[in-house]
Amino acid sequence: MFAPTIHLPRRKTRTLEGSPWVRWTLITVALGFLAVFLVVPLVAVFTFAFQKGWEAYLAAITEPEARSAIVLTLTAAAIAVPLNLVFGLAAAWLLARFRFRGRALLLTLIDLPFSVSPVIAGLIFVLLFGRQGWLGPFLSEHDLHVIFAVPGIVLATVFITLPFVVREVLPVMQTQGSDEEEAALTLGASGWRTFLRVTLPKVKWGVLYGVILCNARAMGEFGAVSVVSGHVRGVTTTLPLHAEILYNEYDFAGAFAVASLLTLLALVTLVLKKYVEWRSEAS
Amino acid sequence: MGSLTRRHVLPGFKLSLGFTWAYVGLLVLIPLSSLFLKTFSLTWLQFWETVTAPRALAAYRLSFGASLSAALANVVFGLLVAWVLVRYRFPGRSLVESLVDLPFALPTAVAGLTLTTLFSAKGWYGQYLEAWGFKVAYTSVGVAVALTFIGLPFVVRTVQPVLEDIDVDVEEAAATLGATPWQTFARVLFPAIFPALLSGFTLAFARALGEYGSVVFISGNMPLRTEIVPLLIVTKLEQYDYAGATAIAVVMLMASFLLLLVVNVLQRWSHRRLEARAGA
Repeated sequence: MFAPTIHLPRRKTRTLEGSPWVRWTLITVALGFLAVFLVVPLVAVFTFAFQKGWEAYLAAITEPEARSAIVLTLTAAAIAVPLNLVFGLAAAWLLARFRFRGRALLLTLIDLPFSVSPVIAGLIFVLLFGRQGWLGPFLSEHDLHVIFAVPGIVLATVFITLPFVVREVLPVMQTQGSDEEEAALTLGASGWRTFLRVTLPKVKWGVLYGVILCNARAMGEFGAVSVVSGHVRGVTTTLPLHAEILYNEYDFAGAFAVASLLTLLALVTLVLKKYVEWRSEAS
Repeated sequence: MGSLTRRHVLPGFKLSLGFTWAYVGLLVLIPLSSLFLKTFSLTWLQFWETVTAPRALAAYRLSFGASLSAALANVVFGLLVAWVLVRYRFPGRSLVESLVDLPFALPTAVAGLTLTTLFSAKGWYGQYLEAWGFKVAYTSVGVAVALTFIGLPFVVRTVQPVLEDIDVDVEEAAATLGATPWQTFARVLFPAIFPALLSGFTLAFARALGEYGSVVFISGNMPLRTEIVPLLIVTKLEQYDYAGATAIAVVMLMASFLLLLVVNVLQRWSHRRLEARAGA
């Protein structure tokens, strides 16, 4: 921990870092590329959002349809994130601590939502619950609506964000081992108590990291939600869908006002992510 | 330390096994199998005609070509950005380091809207590009631009840790033995980062194939010309051609499965190489 680090003067020209001229050319090209693709688009979102002034901006994000889009986006995330958090903890515990038949298959299935196109994620729920779907006749008999309604949006969101928490918690649990848990159990703690008091504190930064990423994706998902939503204005439109509708109606300032909310979400996500990385390195 | 002894000591095996399988079964396995069941409602001939229709072939060509060019652009710029972040110190470096993940955090629809507006004829970029005769928005180039944005972090994030682990001494040794900088790069550095570069490329490519949100705005969505595969699926769904949409989706799913397999093999291979290096 307290080993002194000795900084020897480096002979930089010998390594590939190159002469100052090479170095600054590479830095300029890399930063130029990032400016064109990342910084300017970020600035553009807010410039376009405020092009008609503050009042138009506030009006665009507080009108009834925008408000209902905000509520629906928050609702979908508020259901999807806790569900996938509980699932992520259970699955990580199972996959990190036990070897059993079908483990590799389970891992593949958990990763699937990442590798499947969002459009296919929406499609599979349409095939199950849509009017022509397997459960379609049953649902319409009981006057239940899943597709082109809120439940479909929630289902698609849960599917798309399923792997996030497991994928972050699993490697942390694997590297930490289970010696402390075994000690707690030997001393007479119950299984739940051991999990809550020993395991959870050990993996908390991994859990938080997974939750942050899961939440960002849940609130920002477009493709899967678009397929199951049916775009009923003010009823089944989340924030990204609302931005799309305004854009297609040539209300650019309104579309970017809504998009700026989602951009703020992305920036907050990046800051939180950095904070969690910093804290987990410190601990 | 057998896994058998652990199973007896640690609790919760049956509970977590049952819960995990039930959750994955209900949310992933059953919905996905409905996809394959639906394809059986088509005869072989119908399936074949759907997936080889000219419009579908044009969509595969565009999706594949644009994803490939985007992934290659990501390899070049991803390697450059990773190199600059690892080897050089400059003002604003930690800000850049955080900003690289923006395409992962930014909702794809926002990326699509913004890039389309920037690259359209009157946009901040488009007005200059069109003066030079380049049309980006509503062309296949625009599709590749959006996919390059989406895949940007993959190569940076796979190559960066490998670059950080490389000992600068090795490069110095090569230089001392008379290697030119180019030889040192080609013979020493490149072989070490190649597996990471390849898996970053595959991840970006796979993501680009399925991407929808950022592309629909910039592509203009003209059938046979700027229509990507995911959009073709959506169009068929909107026309209530469920079986047709499913057939195209199955072809796409097969392609992603193949890529996932490649990623797994590559990761195992590079892992083994690294272990062999560490052991030597």
